[in-house]
Amino acid sequence: MKTAADVFTIVAMLAGIFFFVAGTVGLLRFPDTYTRLHALTKADNLGLGMVVLGLLPQTGHIVVALKLIVVWLLVMLTSSDVSQLVARAARRQEEGT
Amino acid sequence: MADVLIAVCALLLLMVAVGLLSVLRGPTRADRMMAAQLFGTGGIAALLLVGTASGVEAVVDVALTLAVLAAFASVAFVEADRQAEGVIAKEDRK
Repeated sequence: MKTAADVFTIVAMLAGIFFFVAGTVGLLRFPDTYTRLHALTKADNLGLGMVVLGLLPQTGHIVVALKLIVVWLLVMLTSSDVSQLVARAARRQEEGT
Repeated sequence: MADVLIAVCALLLLMVAVGLLSVLRGPTRADRMMAAQLFGTGGIAALLLVGTASGVEAVVDVALTLAVLAAFASVAFVEADRQAEGVIAKEDRK
């Protein structure tokens, strides 16, 4: 049972690292601001989600596990709002110049 | 298991550090802000990993605080940007 949980954690962590790498590469390599914003906000949130999913079996307490999920939900909520706001600011700057 | 979690944490921080190059490269202010956002998300993930690996549960609360602060940072950026645009628009009219 312990081994199964550890294997699950490692697989989820690998997926999480993959998405974080994808987000960083996208941020550095994509051609314009909107595609970079797209790469960052989606890939990173999924990466964080995978990391949280991997951590769940390793937590000692149900309360801590729930708190991890709350952190992830909060980050998803804020980053979707923030990506809208940043995209709007980027468009305003483009129109201004 | 704690060693694996710390190794994952180190990798994530490396990724965040590489992503922070975008602060230097720009080219727009929004791109620089996005790097700060990446730092927020990556930092939260790193804190959760360290908290679970070391068994110190209070670190999860720190991650929660960072999640809120990262959102406020981006909102402050957008608001300051909007106000700066407003000032420029007013000066143009004079």
